[in-house]
Amino acid sequence: MAGPSLQTPVRPASLRVEGLSAWYGRRQALRNINLEIVPGQITAVIGPSGCGKSTLVRCLNRLHEVVPGARVEGRVLLNGEDIYAPGVDPVVVRRRVGMVFQRPNPFPTMSVFENVAIGPRLNGLARGAELEELVVRSLKLAALWDEVKDKLHLPGTALSGGQQQRLCIARALAVNPEVLLLDEPTTALDPISTLKIEDLLRQLKTEYTIVIVTHNMQQAARVSDFTAFMLAGDDLVGELVEFGPTRQLFTNPRDPRTEAYITGRFG
Amino acid sequence: MTFPRIAGRPVARSQLADAVFELLVAALGLGVLGLAVAIGLNLAGEAGPALGQFGPAFFARSIWDPVREEFGALPFIYGTLATSFLALLIGSPVALATAIFLAELAPGWLKGPISYLVELLAAIPSVVYGLWGLFVLAPVLRTTVQPALGNWLGFLPLFQGPFYGVGIFTGGVILAIMVIPSIAAVSRDVIRAVPNDQREAMLALGATRWETIRYAVLPAARSGIIGLGVLGLGRALGETMAVTMVIGNRPEIPASLFAPGYTMAAVIANEFAEATSDLHLSALFGVGFGLFLLTLLVNILARLLVWRVAWGPVGGE
Repeated sequence: MAGPSLQTPVRPASLRVEGLSAWYGRRQALRNINLEIVPGQITAVIGPSGCGKSTLVRCLNRLHEVVPGARVEGRVLLNGEDIYAPGVDPVVVRRRVGMVFQRPNPFPTMSVFENVAIGPRLNGLARGAELEELVVRSLKLAALWDEVKDKLHLPGTALSGGQQQRLCIARALAVNPEVLLLDEPTTALDPISTLKIEDLLRQLKTEYTIVIVTHNMQQAARVSDFTAFMLAGDDLVGELVEFGPTRQLFTNPRDPRTEAYITGRFG
Repeated sequence: MTFPRIAGRPVARSQLADAVFELLVAALGLGVLGLAVAIGLNLAGEAGPALGQFGPAFFARSIWDPVREEFGALPFIYGTLATSFLALLIGSPVALATAIFLAELAPGWLKGPISYLVELLAAIPSVVYGLWGLFVLAPVLRTTVQPALGNWLGFLPLFQGPFYGVGIFTGGVILAIMVIPSIAAVSRDVIRAVPNDQREAMLALGATRWETIRYAVLPAARSGIIGLGVLGLGRALGETMAVTMVIGNRPEIPASLFAPGYTMAAVIANEFAEATSDLHLSALFGVGFGLFLLTLLVNILARLLVWRVAWGPVGGE
């Protein structure tokens, strides 16, 4: 069912992972992941380093495949349509599934304004006064407007680390995605900036389906509605161990490995 | 007497070693600077008689007649600048495209061989380029490229007149071919050095591969690439042998790029052995001094340009 309907946004969007496996060259990184991401909720992906949680989210916007030699098997259904179906343009997928990375990575040669405007400009979403409005709205959505409204001409890298990361969120929101993926977005930030971003995610979740990778279990417990726990087996291939409502997963895990991890016995 | 010890070594001894090392390094570093200054002063000194006779106008006169002892460096300055800028104009887009292809687009199995061949081009001796330029490139340019340019751009004086083959245009083309490998090889490294998170950030916004290169990779590599372009210009300014062989060696300032010209380096190479009079030799030194100043100027400009691009205001609105 891929094709023209992939253009129509449904809010909040559903995302369903079916039998997903991923490889980097010959090395398998993920095995048979099945996951139903709930629309309009925040899903946290937790697990120790090397369990494939970043690889998993990078499969959700087809960014995994830009690594030379990387490939994917299985299906990822965005509102019921497989983003890996033949003929689906990854560029269109990435427009609908936005992403924020571990290290704040604003474009250093662009101003604060340009950083947010570049996405809509490339995608032909808006121009002129409309574009300016969209930039302002995105900065407000990312809770950054008040701090940067007098700094729109400064380079994006002139902001503090926390501001840069919210700028990256504003940049992702400006192309009006249905899903927002965040790959350990607060790892490089101080506690105050971290809390600001967590607050922001709670406000955004009614409009956007959010998936956040975190190695910080407290963060998962604070911010998410659902949690997926991943673990790499002896062969170092990441698998999904348990998925469920965050409260249940943290208070009453079904799998002994989940319990061992959340009680701090390893990881 | 006991010294405080760090890692089992008396502090005083390591301080002495440090001081000696610092002195040595500083001396060698300043020595290089001194050498550059000494060469400049030497050139100026040797050029004294010619500069004294003709004054600063030496660099603005376009007559060069060893028989009547009339000397002026302008034709050589023009030839050097014209061939070098032509080289950059033709060479940098090709070099940049090569670098982008090698760094961003070429499949893995193709990168190695092409990179190797590009670097090999840089290792070919200048005189071989000259030989090839004279016997292969110049006739081809004369019979195909120059007539085509004459057709399309003939309304400009630059592209009028007979097609000689040897001349300023051919000099520029051979120089372009010579600067391409070095600009391409280092531009490729500069482009590769752009952090991957910049590419991924752009891709994640729904940018195509070309848009990612255009808006994320190239701007980040901009200052480095411009610096390389100017380094290439520096190389082109001083390149002697190949240009000498294909430029025609006529000390005039022709209106057309197709006509023969002369460069500063070429006139020195051609005439130093037969400069019988003191004034002639001094005039050659004057040309050398001018070339020295020109390369210095270009390098300073390059540095300023790179600074301005690297730290200048970013485009916002």
